[in-house]
Amino acid sequence: MLVNRKLILAHFWFAFAVFGLALCLGAWQMFVRSPLYTWISNPEWYYRSLTAHGTVMGYVFPTLVAMGFGYAITESALQQRLVGVRWAWAGFWLIVIGAIMAMVPVALGRASVLYTFYPPLIGSPFYYIGVVLVVVGSWIWVALMSVNLRVWRRAHPGEPVPLAMFANVAGSYLWAWTAVGAALELLLQIIPVALGLKTTIDAGLARVFFSWTLHAIVYFWLIPSYIAYYVIVPRAIGGRLYSDTMARLAFILFLVVAMPIGIHHTFADPEVGAGFKFIHSAFTALVAVPTLLTVFTICASVEIAARLRGGRGALGWIRALPWQNPIMLAVAFSFVMLGFGGAGGLINMSYQLDTTIHNTQWITGHFHLIFGGAIVIMYFAIAYDLWPHLTGRALPNLALVRTQLWLWFIGMIVTTFPWHWVGILGMPRRMAYYDYSNPAIAPEALSVSLSAVGALILLASGLLFLFILIRSHAQGATEAGAYRFSMPVHPVRSVPLALNSFAIWVALMIGLTVTNYGYPILTLATRHDTSVPAVYVGAH
Amino acid sequence: MSTRELFTFRNSYFSVAVGLAAGLFVLTAVAGFVVLPRLQPELKYADLWDAFCSAAGLPRRSVSSGEIPKSAHRSSEAVLTSMTLAHPSQESIGRGATLAQRCAICHGPTGISRADSPNLAGQYAAVIYKELLDFRSGARTNAVMSPFAANLSDREITDVAAYYSYLPRLPAFHPVEQHPKPRVVIYGAPMRGIAPCGSCHGSLDNKTGSPWLEGQSEAYLKAQLQAFASGQRTNDISQQMRNVARGLTPQEIDEAAAYYASQPPEIIKATD
Ligand code: HEC
Ligand code: HEC
Ligand code: HEM
Ligand SMILES: [Cu+2]
Repeated sequence: MLVNRKLILAHFWFAFAVFGLALCLGAWQMFVRSPLYTWISNPEWYYRSLTAHGTVMGYVFPTLVAMGFGYAITESALQQRLVGVRWAWAGFWLIVIGAIMAMVPVALGRASVLYTFYPPLIGSPFYYIGVVLVVVGSWIWVALMSVNLRVWRRAHPGEPVPLAMFANVAGSYLWAWTAVGAALELLLQIIPVALGLKTTIDAGLARVFFSWTLHAIVYFWLIPSYIAYYVIVPRAIGGRLYSDTMARLAFILFLVVAMPIGIHHTFADPEVGAGFKFIHSAFTALVAVPTLLTVFTICASVEIAARLRGGRGALGWIRALPWQNPIMLAVAFSFVMLGFGGAGGLINMSYQLDTTIHNTQWITGHFHLIFGGAIVIMYFAIAYDLWPHLTGRALPNLALVRTQLWLWFIGMIVTTFPWHWVGILGMPRRMAYYDYSNPAIAPEALSVSLSAVGALILLASGLLFLFILIRSHAQGATEAGAYRFSMPVHPVRSVPLALNSFAIWVALMIGLTVTNYGYPILTLATRHDTSVPAVYVGAH
Repeated sequence: MSTRELFTFRNSYFSVAVGLAAGLFVLTAVAGFVVLPRLQPELKYADLWDAFCSAAGLPRRSVSSGEIPKSAHRSSEAVLTSMTLAHPSQESIGRGATLAQRCAICHGPTGISRADSPNLAGQYAAVIYKELLDFRSGARTNAVMSPFAANLSDREITDVAAYYSYLPRLPAFHPVEQHPKPRVVIYGAPMRGIAPCGSCHGSLDNKTGSPWLEGQSEAYLKAQLQAFASGQRTNDISQQMRNVARGLTPQEIDEAAAYYASQPPEIIKATD
C-alpha cells in the first residue's frame, strides 16, 4: 500500500531532474576534452562543470533515489503507513536547499574543488555547508527507517522482517556510519578553514577521513539496485527468489565489510603506513563475497522463472526468458556491466596493480561502468517498476522503454571501454585539456573520440528516460494494483534472530572501523606538524 | 529482541562472525606488520620494532642521516599563504607611500616604470613582499635593485608592498599593437608539464606568489624567463617557475614576453 505517493514522487523527480542536468555536463566534459573540440581556453570552466557533475551524481542523485525507494519499501513491504511523514518532508527540503546552496557557488566559480573536496584547496563555505545539509537530510531518512521498522516490530513480534525492508534498513545504517567520515572532515577541518577561522589544514588526515566515506558510499549507491535484483526482478519476470537467507547474508556482509577497507583509496598516500594499507587491501578482497552471492542467487532465480515458462536444457532456458520485459532487459544489461566492471575492480583493489592505473582515466572509466552503468540502469528499472503505482497511470510505450535501456547499455559500453583503454595507456584523469597533436598522446585521440560518441548516446538515453516518465503522467488512469515484492521459493516462516536484526552487524561494522582506522586517525590527529596552508579558490 | 541472546558465543552467528573478523584482522596484521617488512630487506629496518613502527605509519629517521647537502645558491625563506597581506591597514599604506619615494627614480612616481624596471603599481602585495624579502636575503640578486632592499625592515617591506598593491594599474609605457595569444600562454604545454601561464599569473587564476605580468616591459620579462631557465634566478619556491621556464623554447620565451608586454594592464585580476 503506497500512501505517501507525493513524497516518493518528489524524491524521484528531484533526483531525476538533477541527474538530467548533470548528465548534460558529463557529456559536455567528454566532448570538450576530446579531439573533436579545440579547447575551451579556460580550465576553470571544466573544473566548475566537473565539481557540479560529481557532486550531483555522487551525493544528490543516488541519495534521493535510495530515500524515495526506501519510503516506498517501508509502506509496501511493511504494509503500514509511513510514520513521521513531516520529518520525511523536512529531510527532502533540507536536501533541496542543500543541493541548491552547494551548486550556486560552484556555478559562480567559487568552489571548483571537485566532489572529493581536495584539501588544501578550499572553496566557498556555502558549497560545503550545502553538502552537509544534504547529508543531514539523508540522516533523517535513516532515523525514519529505523523508527518505522521498530513500529512494525512492535505490532509483529518475532515475525521475520520482510527482505526488502531488512535490506533497506541495512543500507540506511551503512550510510549513517559511512557518512560520518566526510562529515568529520567537513565540520572539523574544511568548514573552519573555509570560514576563515583557520588558515591551515591537515590534508593527509582529511584524505583518511574521506576514504572512510568513499568506499562504503559506493555500496550505499549500489544497495537500491541490489534490493531491486532480489525483490523486484524475480516477481517482474514471473519467477521466485531462490533464497531469502542468501539475500540477508549478502546485505549483512555489505554492512560489515564495506567499512574497514576505505584506505585502499589512499594506496599512494605517504601519511598512512604500509601495514594498514595491507590490512585494508586484504579486507577489500572480502567485498567480492556478497556480490558473488548475489550473482549466484539472482541467476538461480532467473533460471527458475525460465523453467516455469517451459525453458529446457543446460542453457536453453535462457531463450525462454521474457526478453520483452524491460526489467529482464535491465537486469541482464546490469549483470554484463557488473561483470566487466568487477573484473576491472580486481585490478584497482590490488596494492601493486593499482599503481599502474592510479589516477588515470581507467578509474573514471571503471566507476562509470559500475555506477553509471550497472547501478543506474537498475535505478531506471526501479522507476519503471514503481511509476504506475505512484502515478496511477501506465507507462506510455514499452518499446520506448526497451529502446531507452538498450541505448544506455550500448552508450555505456561505447563510452567506458575506450575510457579504460586510454587509462592503461597512461592518460591522467581530471585534466581539462589534452594536446592530441603531441606524438606522446596522439594514440589516445581515436579512443577518446569514441567515448565522446558514447557520451552522446548516453545523453540521448537519459533524455528519453525523462521523456518517458513525463509522458506517463499524461496517460489515462489505470489501477496498477498493490505494489508487491518477489516471493521466495520456500516461504519464510522463521528467521534466526541474528539474521532478523542488526545489532551484531552494526557492532561489528563499528568495531572493525575502530581497529582498521583508529590508529591512523589518532596519530594524524594528535601530531602538530602535519598541516599545510590552505589554498583558496576564488573565495575572496 | 534480546541483546543477551544475540551477544553470546552460544549464538553461532555471533561466534563465527566475531571469530572470522578477529582472526582475519590478526592474520593480516601479522602479515602486514611483521612478515612483509621482513621480506623486504632493501628497506633496512634496524630491528623488528623499527619495521613495526614504519608499517604503522610513524615517520622514521632516514637510514643515511648525514648532512643535508648544501646547495650552491640561497633559497627563498619567504613564507606565503593566500592570506598574506590580504587586508592591509590605511596606516600601513600611508607609511608605504612615504617609503616609495626612494624607489620612484627607477619604478616611476606612480609605480609605472619608464625604463625597463618592473612596474609595481597594482602588483599583488604578496609578490612585492616576497621579492623584497628575497632581495634582502640574497635569494634573488640584482646589482641595481639589491642595495635598495638590503636595509629595509620587515615592517617597511610590508608597508611598501601594501602601498604598491593599493595603487591602480595605470596604462604602462610599453603598449604596442595587440599580439595574438601564443599557444604556450593559453594552453601551456601539457606534455611538458607546463600549465597555461594564466593559471598561475592571474588572467585565469592567481596562485599565491605569482606576479601580475601584463604590461611589464618585454626586455624585463624575457630576461627573467631566461634567468629562470638558466638557473641564474633561483628564488621561486619549489622551482615553480624554473620548472616552467626550463621547458620553454627560446621562441616561446620571446612570444610570451612580447605578448605579456603588449597586454593592457587593466584586465580584471582573477581574484578581484
Ligand atoms: C636604481 C633603480 C631601482 C631602485 C631605486 C629600486 N629598484 Fe626595485 N628593481 C629595480 C630593477 C632593475 C629590478 C629588476 C631586477 C631584476 O631584473 O632582477 C627591480 C625589481 C624590484 C622588484 C621585483 C619586482 C618583480 O616583479 O619581480 C620589487 C618588488 C622592487 N624592485 C621593489 C623596489 C622598492 C620597494 C624600492 C624602493 C625601496 C625599489 N625597488 C628601488 C630597480 C630599482
Ligand atoms: C605553476 C605556476 C606558474 C606557471 C604555470 C607559470 N608561472 Fe611564471 N611564475 C610563477 C611564480 C610562483 C613566480 C614568482 C617566482 C618567485 O620569485 O617567487 C613566477 C615568476 C614569473 C616571472 C618573473 C616575474 C617577476 O616580475 O618577477 C615571469 C616573467 C614569468 N613567471 C613568466 C611566466 C610565463 C611566460 C609562463 C607561461 C609559459 C609562466 N610564468 C607560467 C608561477 C608560474
Ligand atoms: C552522459 C554520461 C556521462 C558522461 C559522458 C560522463 C562524463 C564524465 C567525465 C568526462 C568525467 C570527468 C573525468 C575526468 O576529468 O577525470 C566524469 C566524472 C564523474 N562522473 Fe560522469 N559522466 C556521465 C554520467 C555519469 C553518471 C550516470 C554518473 C553517476 C551516477 C557519473 C558520475 C561521475 C562522478 C562521480 C565523477 C567524478 C568527478 C570527479 O572526478 O571529481 N557520471 N564524468
Ligand atoms: Cu573503494
